[in-house]
Amino acid sequence: MAQFLFEADLHGLLKLDTPIPNAPPARWQRKAKESGPGPSPVGVSPMKPANRSHSSSKTPSKTPGKSGSKIQSTPTKAGGDRYIPNRSTMQMEMANFLLTKENDPAEESPTKKEQQKAWAVNLNGFDVEEAKILRLSGKPQNAPEGYQNNLKVLYSQKMTPGSSRKNSRYIPSMPDRILDAPEIRNDYYLNLIDWSSQNFLAVALDNSVYLWNHASGEIIQLLQMEQPDVYISSVSWIKEGNYLAVGTSSAEVQLWDIQQQKRLRNMTSHCARVGTLSWNSYILSSGSRTGHIHHHDVRVAEHHVATLAGHTQEVCGLKWSLDGRYLASGGNDNLVNVWPCTQGVGGDFAPVQTFTQHQGAVKAVAWCPWQMNVLATGGGTSDRHIRIWNVCSGACLSAVDAHSQVCSILWSTNYKEFISGHGFAQNQLVLWKYPTMTKVAELQGHTARILNLTMSPDGTTVASAAADETLRLWRCFEMDPIKKKEKEKANSAKTSIIHQSIR
Amino acid sequence: QLGREHQGITLRGSAELVAEFFSYGINSILYQRGIYPPETFTRVQKYGLTLLVTTDPELANYLNNVTEQMKEWLYKCMVQRLVVVISSIESSEVLERWQFDIECDKTAKDDNGPREKSQKAIQDEIRSVIRQITATVTFLPLLESACAFDLLIYTDKDLAVPEKWEESGPQFIANSEEVRLRSFTTTIHRVNTSVAYKKDSVP
Repeated sequence: MAQFLFEADLHGLLKLDTPIPNAPPARWQRKAKESGPGPSPVGVSPMKPANRSHSSSKTPSKTPGKSGSKIQSTPTKAGGDRYIPNRSTMQMEMANFLLTKENDPAEESPTKKEQQKAWAVNLNGFDVEEAKILRLSGKPQNAPEGYQNNLKVLYSQKMTPGSSRKNSRYIPSMPDRILDAPEIRNDYYLNLIDWSSQNFLAVALDNSVYLWNHASGEIIQLLQMEQPDVYISSVSWIKEGNYLAVGTSSAEVQLWDIQQQKRLRNMTSHCARVGTLSWNSYILSSGSRTGHIHHHDVRVAEHHVATLAGHTQEVCGLKWSLDGRYLASGGNDNLVNVWPCTQGVGGDFAPVQTFTQHQGAVKAVAWCPWQMNVLATGGGTSDRHIRIWNVCSGACLSAVDAHSQVCSILWSTNYKEFISGHGFAQNQLVLWKYPTMTKVAELQGHTARILNLTMSPDGTTVASAAADETLRLWRCFEMDPIKKKEKEKANSAKTSIIHQSIR
Repeated sequence: QLGREHQGITLRGSAELVAEFFSYGINSILYQRGIYPPETFTRVQKYGLTLLVTTDPELANYLNNVTEQMKEWLYKCMVQRLVVVISSIESSEVLERWQFDIECDKTAKDDNGPREKSQKAIQDEIRSVIRQITATVTFLPLLESACAFDLLIYTDKDLAVPEKWEESGPQFIANSEEVRLRSFTTTIHRVNTSVAYKKDSVP
């Protein structure tokens, strides 16, 4: 039997048309293995290394009739290959021109020369005879590979996944109510809504102001501007809720009595539209497009009692602190100024702090109700950051990138949180925990950028006005019933008698 | 501090101010347009603003070279324009072009007395321009692909080309939209800023 095996072996060795079982791998096989795990050219299947991998090397494929599968190794540098490693540093057009241009004698008529010169000036933007352009050779290292210009990511932000930690309270993701706000002006710099302590929501729609009674749902038109082309640029309730201050595009500050629906005063002192107002008991402060802030004492005839000049462009954010000691102002010049309530030596108002860190207009300005001297500010499209400041020391306590234009910030009185309103791309409201600055929730629904936020007198509901001509009421700071009872007990003893009798 | 305010502007001082402005301006453009990752920038106080400058050593070195050279050429009044060209790395297409035109008063020499203009006024003007540069992000089209920047300087024809510099073309943008920004002047040098960007081909 053994002789047949021997014969078969001998025959096997002598035959040359079958692959040799134990031979060392051929060069092309070695190459295929090398480039194997990397780029796999079209058509290579791991099961058939033989014929196909032969064409993965640079020799042209010998099989006729087969459509040339595009063979490309992954380019390591942009468009480079082994002859020209880096195409972008080559000056192909220049080289081609120099090689192919004929050596013409410069025989040109003067008019032709002038024409050429005119062309050159037009094409180059300057006279070639007078100037030349220089370029520093050897460009610096470009941004590391894999760095994607993250502005693209920023402006096309998709939904962020919800935070993994569950909120300790339920925040409804849908608004409580949606109100129609037709003709609301889509202007970032105006402050068109405010909620009074008597539970009236004032909304300025172009040239009229409407009052919405939250309790009853009734709507009253308070006023309408008489002159054409004049619109309301700001509204602000006095603390007691019986007077409403209205700023107009004609630089007037009007004071209206709600009970009688009559105008009490028309205070003119500004030269340009009044985009923002803030009350400090009987002092009404107004910020205007010129950058000036005026203090008005509404009790006296000579109402204009002070001027604060700290901004060079429109003042869009203005808030007195809750204790009335400081006035914070934000402007389109990216500055935040903190003003004292009294004049300094020399009779002039000078800011005690000026913050320049924002890279965009600062409209969102809000004072913390439970911590003295803590101020939150938010920047516009160019900045997108929310910053928390201590106005006494001037330190920035924290800064967080909100990835979107910030139009308004409100602190909650019921929770240690604040809410911010945003624009492109999600037009959402974000609730942040303070001081950890973590996102508690995001409220979506608006289909265009949010313009203003205001809070109800009981602190449970936030109203947002947006460019989609709606007002949405979000019940995001609802108090736990047990905690609510405790708070009410602590607040007032006398009302408890009424409660008992009602029951 | 009082002394500096009233010192007036000399040719040397003006050249320094303008070169410094270019350095901060270019840094702002690189940050705002996202040419380099934002985490490689740090905040500094200048002109009463918070500005962002790069911490990348190579880039900082490169910009320093340019600033120093600009100072010299501004002093000699031989430079007419500084252009920051932003182009896509892959296609080498120019996407954005920031142009700073310089008008130099050639009658100013160092031996003349310093000109009357307060540092504060110049700073205010520079501040407005830098703020505008920052605000352009609201209307400039997104730079979709990875981009590189180039600096071109338009000089007088007979200026000796120093080592490391080479001649180049203007690198205009085909089909562009241009926006003029504010300008500032030190009374010796006047800088006009404008930005040109590629119009979106698809409406």
